[in-house]
Amino acid sequence: MEAFINGMSAISPQITFTCEKLLQEVMEYDKVRYLKCIEPQYKEFIDAMASRRMSRIIKMGVTSALKCLYDAGIKNPDVIIAGTGLGCIEDTEKFLNIMYTNEEKLLNPTNFIQSTHNTVASTIALMLNCHNYNNTYVHRGFSFESALLDGLMFLQEGSANTVLVGGLDELTTNSFIITDRLHFWKKTSINNLNLLDYKTKGSLAGEGAAFFALNSQKTERSIAKIISLNTFYKPEGFSEIEEKISTFIQKNAGDADKIDLILMGMNGDLFMDKIYYHLKNSLFNHIPCAYFKHLCGEYDTSSSFALYLASSILKEHNVPVVVRLDNKPINEIRNILIYNHLRNVNHSLILLSSC
Amino acid sequence: MSAKVFVTGVGIISSIGLNNEETASALQESRSGIGRMTVLETLYKDEIPVAEVKATNKELKEISEVTNKDPFSRTTLLGIIAARQALSQTDIKDIKEFRTGLISATTVGGMDRSERFYKEYIKNNSRGRLRDIITHDCADSTERIADTFGIKDYVSTISTACSSSANSILVGSRMIENGILDRVLVGGVDALTLFTLNGFNSLMILDRTGCKPFDEERNGLTLGEGAGFLMIESEHAIRQTGKTPLCEIKGYGNACDAFHQTASSPEGDGAFLSMQKALAKAGITPDVIDYINAHGTGTKNNDLSEGKAILKLWQGSVPPFSSTKSFTGHTLGAAGAIEAIFCVMALKHQWIYPNLNFRHQMTDLGFSPVTHFQHDIPLRNVMSNSFGFGGNNTSLIFSRC
Repeated sequence: MEAFINGMSAISPQITFTCEKLLQEVMEYDKVRYLKCIEPQYKEFIDAMASRRMSRIIKMGVTSALKCLYDAGIKNPDVIIAGTGLGCIEDTEKFLNIMYTNEEKLLNPTNFIQSTHNTVASTIALMLNCHNYNNTYVHRGFSFESALLDGLMFLQEGSANTVLVGGLDELTTNSFIITDRLHFWKKTSINNLNLLDYKTKGSLAGEGAAFFALNSQKTERSIAKIISLNTFYKPEGFSEIEEKISTFIQKNAGDADKIDLILMGMNGDLFMDKIYYHLKNSLFNHIPCAYFKHLCGEYDTSSSFALYLASSILKEHNVPVVVRLDNKPINEIRNILIYNHLRNVNHSLILLSSC
Repeated sequence: MSAKVFVTGVGIISSIGLNNEETASALQESRSGIGRMTVLETLYKDEIPVAEVKATNKELKEISEVTNKDPFSRTTLLGIIAARQALSQTDIKDIKEFRTGLISATTVGGMDRSERFYKEYIKNNSRGRLRDIITHDCADSTERIADTFGIKDYVSTISTACSSSANSILVGSRMIENGILDRVLVGGVDALTLFTLNGFNSLMILDRTGCKPFDEERNGLTLGEGAGFLMIESEHAIRQTGKTPLCEIKGYGNACDAFHQTASSPEGDGAFLSMQKALAKAGITPDVIDYINAHGTGTKNNDLSEGKAILKLWQGSVPPFSSTKSFTGHTLGAAGAIEAIFCVMALKHQWIYPNLNFRHQMTDLGFSPVTHFQHDIPLRNVMSNSFGFGGNNTSLIFSRC
């Protein structure tokens, strides 16, 4: 199940949307408990009138999707698929608020209309006048992976040539407060670049939108190649995780030595990160390791940021120092394995290689 | 791709019945589930009719046979009840026998508990029981259903408004065709909530007297709740177990209307495309479709748009069609699956369902729906339409084996 990434775009807490070179300047945030996206000028992509009515996630999603298609040279993709863990929560919260405040009377439908999870994928179709396949996945740490798998199936079936797939989530004031009450986040403000140094419970909240244009054919625009993808749900323990990853590597790369870099989803939570450190010292013992959530924060579709990062690394043949977890020498970088999990429930593996 | 996909079991719960048997009786007796609200507490209790599942959460918990103390949203309970029936009809002894997945669908997930949380939370953000918010997201009900039945090989959730569970059937079928899974429990679930009731009410598309799909005097939809799950299997799995399938999923089509966030295009472009794609996938011509279970919400806009698309595709010879939303109301994320199950039952029992509450021929359409329950109709292929906000349109074709 292979696919070439022929265009991509990400809006994130890093300078990813406008940059020429990956992480040329690393955004350091001091004394923070969450990271928010650096939002671009939307007016180049969305009409000002329409933009005013849109929530952040819609603007970020639509803009990164349009930029991605532009870079890939695609006007009308055969397939549009989005993955989002929580969807348009800002509009959901607004409608709930007004519903209770107004005691169910005289409600404006705009927030309700925009609260549906498929708003971003369908708005992209609307803006492109694209009548093709359109779908939205909403499954926690599998949201982006499900969307990607669906896209890869289309290329495997041969029923599509160009696939647009993206992962996106927004952080709102209320969603942070609520998830903070659920102890998802560190209780003290931190420096994002030192995320792994605190060794306490909880992570750093984040958000982002990343879109990819996939094609079964390599072109002069090709950035990287997705080799395979796998998800596994609620593994019993470390040994099952190790077994799943070994099998995946064997099946798709042949041998662990073929992998030049492991990009892991460490999020700074003492308990959630245990498996990553375990693997770093066992299965991945001889492989250079890297991480990414200090750059984007933790959110349901953070693996889409990881895919953006890994693809950029393959394109530029350079691993930025800020993501490295060790000093193991890296000669030539051809294959990267992304391993991520969300709350030890949704685990995913994405293998990609240079073109 | 030549791999076939079969339906081997179905499970359903809606306002017309708590299980498959009650549902079949209600359909045969043309008994609608639309009526006055009894469970949901709202300002509109006496004003807006709905199609409620007539059981409290406590009663649903008993029927669902879940015993642990975890927080279960109404959505999850409905889902477990439908899923359990589908698994039981398929007669699966060991869920690990084949690579088995669950693809569910919902529009508002555990919103029934979230709104309880929010009511307190907006007064003071340290208030609201956390047990009521951890079930909020769409994946919560899916994972609890998966855990109840030990499904692990693939778990995902789709949300494309009113076509959500039609898309879960479509994606499940493709995963079998692509050789990724052997069995997939596909379907969807939604519970009635204040959020959706007030949302649709703010759009002014709720009929105060109950929906009248395809009627000239139709005045909006009626919200319903429920769940539907179908066990679908590969040919390989069926051969190995020697099971007799209920029917085959022969075609599917997903297209985007790309016209407006909530309204359908006047000529039903997206609807036409999704039906056309489903026919192409099935490799059949329109004339061998013997029944269409229409999306037919009862809104002015949908029924005209869908009707025009049907007319364009079938020219002068439109097959018998009806909207069973006149029985179940619009169950949103569950609608695609519930109506797919009606199609499976139609093929099995040779039934065609009436479109209740139809009185007046639409002036813009030269044809009208079936109005009386029909039996002994030899059906070969039936089509189910599901069209959602955002123009997310999906059509499915079920065929006799």
